[in-house]
Amino acid sequence: MTHPNDRVYSEAHEWVVVEGDIATVGISHFAQDQLGEVVYVDLPSAGDALVAGETFGEIESVKSVSELYAPVSGEIVEVNDALGDSPETVNASPHGDGWMVKIRLGDATQVDGLMSAEDYDEFVAQG
Amino acid sequence: MSGVQRSDRGLKRTSLYEEHLALGARMVPFAGFEMPVQYAGIIEEHRAVRSRAGIFDVSHMAEFRVFGFGAFEFLQRALTNDLRKISEIGQAQYTLLLDEQGAILDDLIVYHSGDLEYFIIANASNREQDFDFLKRQAPDDVELVDESDRTALIALQGPEALRIVSELVGPDWIAPDRFCIGEGLLDGAVPCLIARTGYTGEDGVEIVCRSSDAPVVWRLLLSFSEVTPCGLGARDTLRLEMGYHLYGSDMDRGVDPISAGLGWVVAKDKGDFVGHGAVQRIRDEGPERRLVFLSVVGGIPRHGFPVLHGGVEVGKVASGTFSPTLETGIATAYVPAGLSSLGTTFEVAIRAKKASATAVKPPFVTSTSLSGVQTP
Repeated sequence: MTHPNDRVYSEAHEWVVVEGDIATVGISHFAQDQLGEVVYVDLPSAGDALVAGETFGEIESVKSVSELYAPVSGEIVEVNDALGDSPETVNASPHGDGWMVKIRLGDATQVDGLMSAEDYDEFVAQG
Repeated sequence: MSGVQRSDRGLKRTSLYEEHLALGARMVPFAGFEMPVQYAGIIEEHRAVRSRAGIFDVSHMAEFRVFGFGAFEFLQRALTNDLRKISEIGQAQYTLLLDEQGAILDDLIVYHSGDLEYFIIANASNREQDFDFLKRQAPDDVELVDESDRTALIALQGPEALRIVSELVGPDWIAPDRFCIGEGLLDGAVPCLIARTGYTGEDGVEIVCRSSDAPVVWRLLLSFSEVTPCGLGARDTLRLEMGYHLYGSDMDRGVDPISAGLGWVVAKDKGDFVGHGAVQRIRDEGPERRLVFLSVVGGIPRHGFPVLHGGVEVGKVASGTFSPTLETGIATAYVPAGLSSLGTTFEVAIRAKKASATAVKPPFVTSTSLSGVQTP
């Protein structure tokens, strides 16, 4: 199992872990593997609003650029600034130290629309 | 059986296609071929070449053989560099193919491979164009043969490369000088041409063999633990760190050699050749724009991104990538000649942001394995 089942996943390959009203967001193991070695992560700032479905940052590997899509809406309360100096953490620990932003959920029911780990594995397998 | 086969999608495959799949390569379409862009990862492969050795399948590239009594005069007239500089058999040179207007049709390596005989390596995407262009000019006493389909090309590059080849060929093997080519029998069985050339800035060789022998050569090289399989991704970051031009990005038919900074490949005193008059005019008058090499801070420049000076767009990124050695952005761009001095500062528009860029002298990186190696 490459994707832990303690969280939910979006079709744009972001994951969300909810604790209370705070959601932590990152990209999946599958996404980081597809990207290859991450060399640059561009994230928003604390206080910015995230709107589900809209882009909130960019992630670059040597050969490609991908946009990050907000899986849920809310206000950013913390940004993983360590990724600025160590973007490779996204590859090494996509579901742990490679997290990107923490947001205060605007509408907790949005999370219900995301995929379980099992569904996400199947989604990925179907290509 | 031809060495080149086609996939369902119409893309060609080199004779090493199955080897790439077995190694878990990520395959991409490139110049009409399905080629490996990376295996373990671009940065890892890049560093393997800078520190040990890497192998690249470059069999997609085109190979022509030119021979006959008129071969020297023919190529001396068709290509820009002075073929007299490689008068000895075994020598090689970088050269350009121009049209009459001085536009760059391709960049080539020419090997003086035998008595009255030359071997040319050209870019895969220009194969038909180059061959037709040369064929039209070839006199009756020159034979021109396109050997691309039956010829494989494997590059072994890095500080350990020559030692590995000598172990495979045998202790009596004398490595050719830098920019020279010789014959070799790999593992006592596989006949090859071994050229001390490459596109990474490291010492190393390019091995020419029959397509049918390529999988054997590939596996022999990979049997050394120091050798890492490398894809087109690492090839691009390595060559750009050295400031080597890539046809299609840094030059094309819209560019002349002087603007591209390749005036040194165009002979001044060998008499007439195709494009000579046009290049001479540009040399005399000075080009309108020039290729500059940019060190970029604050983002990764990519092909086509706008380059600004004083807030005004003055050019676009030609080649751009992340340099695994410098861990910063590096790029080339065509800018007005008046802005091409070293130290000139620019901005590169990276989507919504502006990254600062400075014109620097290439190479971006000084390779270690080539320092001390004599280059003609």
